[in-house]
Amino acid sequence: MTTTGSIGRRLTFLLAGVAGLLSVLSWSMVSSFARQAAERTQDNILAASATIIAETLRNEGGAVRLELPYAAFSMLGAVSEDRVFYHVEAGGETLTGYENLTQGVASAPPGQVAFDTVIYRDATLRMARITRLVLAGSDPVPVTVSVAQTRNGIGEISTALSQTAAALSVAFFLVAVFLSAIAARTSLRPLTDLAEAVSRRGPSDMRPLNRAAPSELAPLLQSLNRLIARLGQSQRRSEDFITEAAHRVRTPLATVRAQADLALHSASDTEEKRRLRQMIRAVDESSRSAGQLLDHATVAYRAEDLVRDEIDLSQVAATVVAALQPTAEMRDIDIRLSRCAAPVRGDRVLLENALRNVLDNAIKYSPDETTVTLTLALEDGHARLEVCDEGPGLGEGPFEDLTLRFRRGANVEGVVGSGLGLTIANDVVTAHGGRLDLQSHPEKGGTCVAFVLPLA
Amino acid sequence: MRGIRFALGVILALSATGATALEVEDHRLYPGTGPDVVRILSTADLDVFEPFVERFQAANPDVGIDYTVASSADIHRALRDGAAFDLVLSSAMDLQFQLANDGFALSYRSPVTEALPDWARWRDLVFAFTAEPAVVVISTARFEGLPLPTTRQELIQILRDHPDRFQGAVGTYDVRRSGLGYLFATQEARSSDAFWRLSEVMGRLDPQLYCCSAQMIDDVAEGDLAVAYNVLGSYAAERLARDDGAGMQIVEMEDFTNVMLRTALIPGAAENRDGAGAVLDALLAEGLRDDPDAWVLPPLRDASQAERQVFGPIRLGPALMVYLDPLNRRAFLESWENALEQR
Repeated sequence: MTTTGSIGRRLTFLLAGVAGLLSVLSWSMVSSFARQAAERTQDNILAASATIIAETLRNEGGAVRLELPYAAFSMLGAVSEDRVFYHVEAGGETLTGYENLTQGVASAPPGQVAFDTVIYRDATLRMARITRLVLAGSDPVPVTVSVAQTRNGIGEISTALSQTAAALSVAFFLVAVFLSAIAARTSLRPLTDLAEAVSRRGPSDMRPLNRAAPSELAPLLQSLNRLIARLGQSQRRSEDFITEAAHRVRTPLATVRAQADLALHSASDTEEKRRLRQMIRAVDESSRSAGQLLDHATVAYRAEDLVRDEIDLSQVAATVVAALQPTAEMRDIDIRLSRCAAPVRGDRVLLENALRNVLDNAIKYSPDETTVTLTLALEDGHARLEVCDEGPGLGEGPFEDLTLRFRRGANVEGVVGSGLGLTIANDVVTAHGGRLDLQSHPEKGGTCVAFVLPLA
Repeated sequence: MRGIRFALGVILALSATGATALEVEDHRLYPGTGPDVVRILSTADLDVFEPFVERFQAANPDVGIDYTVASSADIHRALRDGAAFDLVLSSAMDLQFQLANDGFALSYRSPVTEALPDWARWRDLVFAFTAEPAVVVISTARFEGLPLPTTRQELIQILRDHPDRFQGAVGTYDVRRSGLGYLFATQEARSSDAFWRLSEVMGRLDPQLYCCSAQMIDDVAEGDLAVAYNVLGSYAAERLARDDGAGMQIVEMEDFTNVMLRTALIPGAAENRDGAGAVLDALLAEGLRDDPDAWVLPPLRDASQAERQVFGPIRLGPALMVYLDPLNRRAFLESWENALEQR
């Protein structure tokens, strides 16, 4: 399966990108507003200063007199530490102040405050100018008051505000990213929940998913339910097919065997009897093989997605022993079971299958009138179920090979078998996280097969 | 001798470049072990400043100090004409401020200048290193039997009640000649109406007018003056300590006290800027020193104390330029002459 990136991450990045864009936008707007506000403040102060000076202009003995008011200058120093320049001219003549300050600047219309930005002594100045008519002698003389200030204070104020705005924007951005991540996760929660619900299901659970889901997920849910329904149908069909096949094979075999048995009893010819016995053995072998093939198919199917119910291994052993008791009795074989409670997690059907195959093997290879012993014991976190017979043992060679499919021991001539029994047991135990121990004691006779399974 | 030769040199040098002559009042060279020399132009008397030079050279023996004393007005004029000094110290805040405002000062920034309180510097151009109050100095002998005045109103009353005793024995700055005197007078006139009434009363007593605090204090100490009004507190205190009493007393007016900031700036024509920065840092560090026993100059911290905060030191700002305006100066001097010269 190839993944094309996470929806959650993509959503988070998208939202964070939008937040980042908004942050930058709001920062630049606040910065420019701050700059404008600072500039307007300076303009207002300059205008107030020029106006106060213009207010003190008076006519004294036919001449324009002026006394600069203290407040006009102290207010300029109150807001920022900027250099101050001023100039007062009456009728084109400099009355006082910095000469050349107003050179090249258009004169302001009377009664109005005009603002200019000028360069003076290598500094950029903001200048407010106001013109007033003062009566000197008999003629009104236009007097222009100009007050100018450098713009460092504005720069400092707007830089400080801009920095604050930048810090706030960054904080806003971080919060937005955090919230975006939460939002992405929250909106994807139903999808995660659905995936979890599907993966939690057992292998045989083919019920439709009945969940409340957001409208965007409804089509997915519907398709999924349709798929489950189809899958369930096909599984039921294949189960039916397997059962049907087993019946179709076993039932005629049973008939053939019964007929052969009858024929054996009524036959008198030794040669004929020998043939019939051979035939019965072959039929038994086929029947067993069919059964084991079904078992093996079941194991292969169920082990893929193992059910992990809590089950007691001793009950499994008791069930299997009870089922095989009649077979054993027919040959006067005694089955002894010593057990204790051994809780394990797993599939009861499979474990029963496995144990049945091993016990069946043990009975099969045991001579008549012997004993098969089942011992269930607990050993550091594991349950150990040992099945020992008094048969011929497993012979020489590596025992591990015996768990391979269709492999049989070297000394089993004359006994029917397909070689699938230990394979099935081994597959089941491995699927349960355990192992199969094989031990052979040829000198005193007997084989021991031990299931070692982790305790629940 | 050396001072005179130097003065001549300066005058010649300045006249050679077409600049206005600088009238040197005092001059001394404190040579260092190295070739580095910082040329300081200052209004502070050598007596007051010498302890600082000694302390500075103890820490920086390789730096020589070339110290020239001149009046604040002369200093202002010389700097406008581009006189080459490395550091300018002046008690006339207004003139110093105007130099900086008009672009004759260099910007300087160091950890020490950063540590200055806001009111003690203007941008990175003008730095205050002492805060000195204007005080009244009284001759103990001439005031015998009279209560000590604590406010201007009481001083006015005493002068009015005893015209005979104070005739010709009242001294104050000639604000036409002294930049500091002009600063004190204008700031006082702005803050208190008692200033003009006091001036009127002094005017009737045939006041003696001085250029400088030191001479006024001398005359009080010698008994020629009964009262010296608006004298630099630091000079008076130093004189009092030196002469062990000297028959005079320092009175700080309780109704209102002007606190002047002695300021430093590095002029645009400075050649040894690093040296000037080092001396400036040392000066400001002196001003910020907390331990009274270690003071060689009047401290800056004093002015920030709570009780002084009511009036505060004279503010470094463009308002200082108001009384420097020729029209305002002419108007103020007119009123002042009318009050003090009633002949």
